[in-house]
Formats: sequence, structure tokens, C-alpha cells
Amino acid sequence: MPDPLLDIRNLRIEATVYAPGEKPRNAVIVDDVSLSLERGKVMGLIGESGAGKSTIGLSALAYGRGGIRLSGGEIRLNGREIRLASGATLRSLRGKEVTYVAQSAAAAFNPAKRLMEQVTEAALAHGVMTQAEAEARAVDLFRTLSLPDPENFGRRYPHQVSGGQLQRAMTAMALCPKPDLVIFDEPTTALDVTTQIDVLAAIKTAIAETGVAALYITHDLAVVAQVSDEIMVLRHGKMVEHGTCQQIIEAPREEYTRALISVRSIDHQEKSPEGEALLTVEGVSARYGAMAKDVLSDVSVALRPGQTLALVGESGSGKSTMARVITGLLPPRKGTITFDGKPLPGALKDRSREELRELQMIYQMADVAMNPRQTVATIIGRPLEFYFGLKGRERDARVQELLDAIELGEGFADRYPAELSGGQKQRVCIARALAAKPKLIICDEVTSALDPLVADGILKLLLDLQAREGVAYLFITHDIATVKAIADSIAVMYQGRVQRYGAKSQVLAPPFDDYTDLLLSSVPEMELGWLERVLDHRRMESAGN
Amino acid sequence: MHPILKLVIQRLALGLLLLLAASVLIFVGTQILPGDVAQAILGQNATAEALANMRASMGLDQPAYVRYFQWLFNALHGDLGHALSNGRDIADSISGRMGNTLFLASVAAAISVPLAIFLGLLAVRYRDRWPDKLISAITLTSISLPEFLLGYVVMYFLSVKLGWFPSVSNINSGMTFWQKLNAVALPALVLTLVVLAHMMRMTRAAILNVMQSAYIETAELKGLRRFTIIARHAMPNAIAPIVNVVMINLAYLVVGVVVIEVVFVYPGMGQYLVDHVAKRDVPVVQACGLIFATVYIGMNLLADMIAILSNPRLRHPK
Repeated sequence: MPDPLLDIRNLRIEATVYAPGEKPRNAVIVDDVSLSLERGKVMGLIGESGAGKSTIGLSALAYGRGGIRLSGGEIRLNGREIRLASGATLRSLRGKEVTYVAQSAAAAFNPAKRLMEQVTEAALAHGVMTQAEAEARAVDLFRTLSLPDPENFGRRYPHQVSGGQLQRAMTAMALCPKPDLVIFDEPTTALDVTTQIDVLAAIKTAIAETGVAALYITHDLAVVAQVSDEIMVLRHGKMVEHGTCQQIIEAPREEYTRALISVRSIDHQEKSPEGEALLTVEGVSARYGAMAKDVLSDVSVALRPGQTLALVGESGSGKSTMARVITGLLPPRKGTITFDGKPLPGALKDRSREELRELQMIYQMADVAMNPRQTVATIIGRPLEFYFGLKGRERDARVQELLDAIELGEGFADRYPAELSGGQKQRVCIARALAAKPKLIICDEVTSALDPLVADGILKLLLDLQAREGVAYLFITHDIATVKAIADSIAVMYQGRVQRYGAKSQVLAPPFDDYTDLLLSSVPEMELGWLERVLDHRRMESAGN
Repeated sequence: MHPILKLVIQRLALGLLLLLAASVLIFVGTQILPGDVAQAILGQNATAEALANMRASMGLDQPAYVRYFQWLFNALHGDLGHALSNGRDIADSISGRMGNTLFLASVAAAISVPLAIFLGLLAVRYRDRWPDKLISAITLTSISLPEFLLGYVVMYFLSVKLGWFPSVSNINSGMTFWQKLNAVALPALVLTLVVLAHMMRMTRAAILNVMQSAYIETAELKGLRRFTIIARHAMPNAIAPIVNVVMINLAYLVVGVVVIEVVFVYPGMGQYLVDHVAKRDVPVVQACGLIFATVYIGMNLLADMIAILSNPRLRHPK
């Protein structure tokens, strides 16, 4: 049997961690992981954040971010050991034998240089081909990746193309020097679902046509099932399970893998849309500053007390603008907002303290929504003082009650945000919103930055709290699975308009309008061959028209 | 209209407005100084009548705003008035000296700017290692020493001991370019040492800031050399802050060379200004003030424009 292309044995990766208030300590990021990849094969690395999957991916380039040390084991690429190789050796293989596709292509491209220069740079620096050859190959790759106007695409600057196109350009950049191995590090995670499916198909085609081997890193099992031959499941830097794609999806051996597959276990009974509405938005249009076009046009939705209205849409659909309008941060240009039977003033400064109290907000990025220099008790206690004038022991008791409500125990009151995990931070933000005893909480992508299992916990908590406190949610998200789990009614937004609106069971049932159909069918399903099936189906439909 | 053109025109208009404001300040500033020009010229023993005549002949009896607009109008036409102390035309006296000052500043700039940026790149390349520390130590020492001391030190070693360059930088229009260059070598060297640190530190800081970006990692994972990454990928994104500091230092080279000119007896603007300030020669002070303000504002305007032009988002809109 020939040597595998990449052979990692007993890899150990460590880093120095600077936890706040503690002495720097050594942490093991990856512990005793072995994998081997043959030429032309694709292996999926899957796990939640902190599983060490990106770190393992980068170790195939013998690269460690920040203070990361590849401290033990063996990494062999093309038969030679690279873990302890010299800088010159590493330079000669990076960008030539192995290349890297980052999660955020928008950040990974140099804003000051044209795409062509960046795509061909590695091939030219390593003398793999001449400038003319490299440019011809880049144009071929642009075509394979179905980028628009492949002949001239490279003349543009990164800011002149869309996020999905940039992600494909990054794939072209990785494939241009004809590497043996490409590391794809969450290449579609930052994209909208309808864009993700195209990029995924483009990457799959490019891998098939060039015969390159790949490590495909993602937290989304449904995505990795579409592209890989084998899958390795990682958790806390250790291997949980390794098998063929089919075995992992259809017959997982480990409990943790099963949990990853069956995530979103919430079974939410839709409440009937009866009774007086708590929030009514009627004919609202809004725009920013002196923009010539409305970001929201003629939007009308209603939300009943104790229920959840989900606003679904892709980036740029106007869903966050909607939150800004309802909170009063962006007064509407036209239309009215009625809250609890009374008209709500458009501008924040015209609203009474009561109106402010009854309408709270939770944000996507919990870490930046909290003052890093305040303790959890201060953060949660602030609305108690501000709205109810609670002080001293009374306030502390209420803080403890709220901490119990969000399932965080005793010791959390004196902690700082930096000492909390992502899910715990989001729970503190929920407690802060609840502290005001609001009638409505606007949740803006509150689970998007969290791992699936953690997000699941947050959604369960929100539903529990709704049942107990009777609070209504306006839930903004781009994730259809989340919507299915939590919503009573749904508004699908597209280009600033409400495309489809009604009870969950109606909105998610055919017949669909074109956009909703595209959106729903683009959500990856945990099933082998899903990608081909959807694409074939779409091809047939467009041929039929 | 191309958005970048609009931005540039906006900046230009703002710069002119600023210059106008500076001219008002200069005029007002020299007006509120205690003392009377007529008195200064005629001396303590002048009669009241003689003083009144003198004021009338100099237009000093006019209201201040009239005199301001007259002064501004004349200055825009190249007439900076006459020096009180010797009655010579200020524009004539200044033009030669201005040329000398600009020559010295250009020589110093031609050495210091590329050197500072190169040292900055080098400091980033060997960050926190000995070359970085050495560069920082040397440039910080040279900026910490007073320039007159530096001037005498280089004069002692390079001129007196080694005899490479003249200690007195006398230049005149009859000299060839190389003779002039030889004459200004020492003051240009001292000026370089004075402005180097500031520009080098800014280059280092601005590039280090950019080195955190994800696209630097991308470049690193392409297997590029460290210096290539710094010069080709980091530098183009750090131009704006670097240019700003470079321009402030270039303006300083024109405006702030008084001490150096005195040390090396160089016939530039600084010497001329000092001479006339001592004699309380208000028209000369006003004229020099206006020229210095123009240099400062012009340099900063140029920095702004280069910063705008270095931004690909503005240069190539969607």
C-alpha cells in the first residue's frame, strides 16, 4: 500500500491560556488524534467549537494560530515529517502541496489587491507555473466554480464581489497552485443558505474535477455529509468516532454523534393566533439616513401575547432593520406600530419609561452586549434598579431568582462575562431582558453564534420562560430549523418586504411561492446525496419552464 | 462625478477655508501684541504729530478689518509688503531663503522618509528581537537629544575631526548641485536623525496593527517570505496612518529648522524669521506665519488625499 498523503499520528497540540484573574496555564487543545488521508479522498472533521477541528486542519500546514504549539506526535505530508520542520521547508510546502480555505473569505482576502493577483500568487511564488499559465488556470477555476464573467472576474477587488463569490474565489485561490491537499475550514458557514448550496456544489465539482484531497471542517453534519468520503467526529480535542460518511450518518456508534445528528429535538406545539394582538406593525417603511431606497417597505405583521413571531430571511432582507424600527432606534418613515393597544411613538426619545420597560432586546453577540468590567450581578441588577428602584438585599434576591430561572446556579453572580461560556453569556443576556418584566422580547439571531447543542438549550429555555412568564418573542433568524422549533407564526422577509406571513403550519406547507421554496429547499438535510437531488430537481424545474 | 474626485475637491475646499482662518489668526495675533509699529520706528522721542503722520502713511489709522483685507489681497498677489527694519521688499528677501530652506528640507526628506519606512518594515520583520530593539533604541536616542547638541556633535566628528563636510553650510546660487549637496550634508543629517524616530515608530505600529488581519495569515499559508508579506500585503493597507505622520514631519522640516539653521549658519527662512522677530518686524512675522501655515495645511491636505487614494474601496467603487 502506498504512503497516505497526510498521516497524522498521536497529535498533541497545546496552548498557553491567559484566563482573566488567573495565572497563565497550559491547556491541551488536541489530544492523541490520529488520521490518515489518501490521495483524492475527502475527510470531514466535525465537532462543536473548541473541539480542535480548525487547529487540526491548520496542523496539516504545520501552522498554529497565536500561542499554539504542535507539541507531540507526528505529522507526515507526502511521506515527510513536517511538525518539526524548518521555516524554509514549511514555506516550500505551504501554498504548494497544501493550501487553506478560510471561513471568512471577506477577511482572508487582502482588500488592497486585485483578486487575480491574490489567486495566482502562491503558484507564482513557488514557481509552479508561469504567470500566463497561472492566470489561465485561475480563469478555468473561476469557470468551474461558476463565477460570473470568469475572463474578467480577477480584475475586481474583493469589496466589489459578493460574499458567496468571494468564498468561491478563495477556493480558486486554494486550487490554483495544483496542491495535493486543501483544508476547507467552515467554507460555507458564514453564507446564507441559498448561497451556501451553490458554493457547496461548486466546491464539490472542483474537488471532483481536480482530484485533490481535502479535509473539510465544519460544525454542520448535514453539510459535511454532502462532500466527504469519511467523517471524523471530535469533541474537546479528542476523537469520538471515525467512519465512512454513510456509517456515521446512518449508524452512529457513539452517544455524542447521535446527539449531533438528532439536534433540534424540540417539539413545539403551535399556539392558535387568537385574541387581541400585543404588537401590530402596519404598513411600515423605513430607510437609513439619506438613502434613496427603503430598506423596509410596507411591512405589516402582528404578534399575540405569549406567542412567538419568527422573522426569517437572508442577510439584507431587512429583518434587523425591523427590530431597530420596533425598538425606536430607527423611526419609521411611514406606517404605525401599536403596542398593547396603544400607538407606540416612532422615536426612542418620545417613549415613556414604561414603554421602554415592556419591550426588551437580546442580541446575537452576547459578549459585546455586556460590559466586560461588570459582574453578572451588576449586569442583571441594572434594569432592576432602573425600572423598579430595587436596592441592596431585595435586588440581590431578585438577581438570584433570575439566575435560577436561566438555570445558572449560585456562584455566577460574582463572575465577569469573560469567565462565562458562550451559552452562559447568552443566558445572562436573557436574564437581563427578563429582569425588566417585559411583555415582548426581541431576539435578534440569539442562537446564531452558538453551537447546535448549546443553541438547542437556549431555545428550550426561551420556550420554558414563555410558558411561565407569558412573554412574547419577536424572533429574528436566518435559520429555518430554529424557526420550526420555536415559532407560532412566521413572516418570511425578502428584500425589505414580507414575502409570506401566517401561522407556522400554513407558512411551512405547500404551495410555496418561489422564494420560500428556494429558501426551504436550500436547508441541508442529514442525508447522503441530498445536494445532488436538490440540484437535479432545480435543473429539471428550470428546464421545464 | 467619480466619488473620489468629489472627496478630493471637498478636502481642497476645506483646506482653503482653514488657510483663511489661519490668516485671520495670524493677523489678529500680531495686532493684539502690545506696542506700536510707528513708535517702534520713530523711537521714544517722536512727537505726537510725527507719530500720527507715520500711522497715516502706513495705513495704521484704518480699521483693522480693512487692513486685514488689504494685507490678504496683497499677499495673494505676491506682495508681502516691506520690512519695517530695513524697508526691503519681503517677497524678494524671502524667495531666495525659501528656496534654500526647501532645498535642505528636500534633501533631509529624500533620506529620512525611505529610511524610516524601511527601518519600520525591518522592525516589524524582526519584531521583539534584537534588530527591532536596536532600531528603536537608536532612533529614540536621536529624537531625545536636543537638535543643537546633535548638530555640534556631528559637526565635531564629521567636520572638525574627519573633515568630510564643511561645518558652515553656506550656499549661494553660483554653486553646482553637488557643491550645494556637500554644503547641506551635516544639517540634513541632523534633521534626518530628528525626524526618523517618529516616522519609523508610526510605520512599525501601523503595520503591526495590520499584521493581525486574517489576510496576513492567508499570505503566510501561501508560503511567502516574511518580508514579502510585510511589504506586499501589510504595507499597502497601512499607508494612510504612515502618510499622515510623514507629512507632519515634512512640514516640520520646512517650518521647524530654525535651530539647525542657526547652528550651521544656513541662510534659510528660519534665520530670517528669528532676525526679524528680534526686531519686532510685524510684516515679516506675518508673512512668515502665512507661509508656514500654508506649508502645514498643504502637507496635511496632501496626506489626506494620498490616504483617500490609497483606499481601494474609494478608488474602485462597486
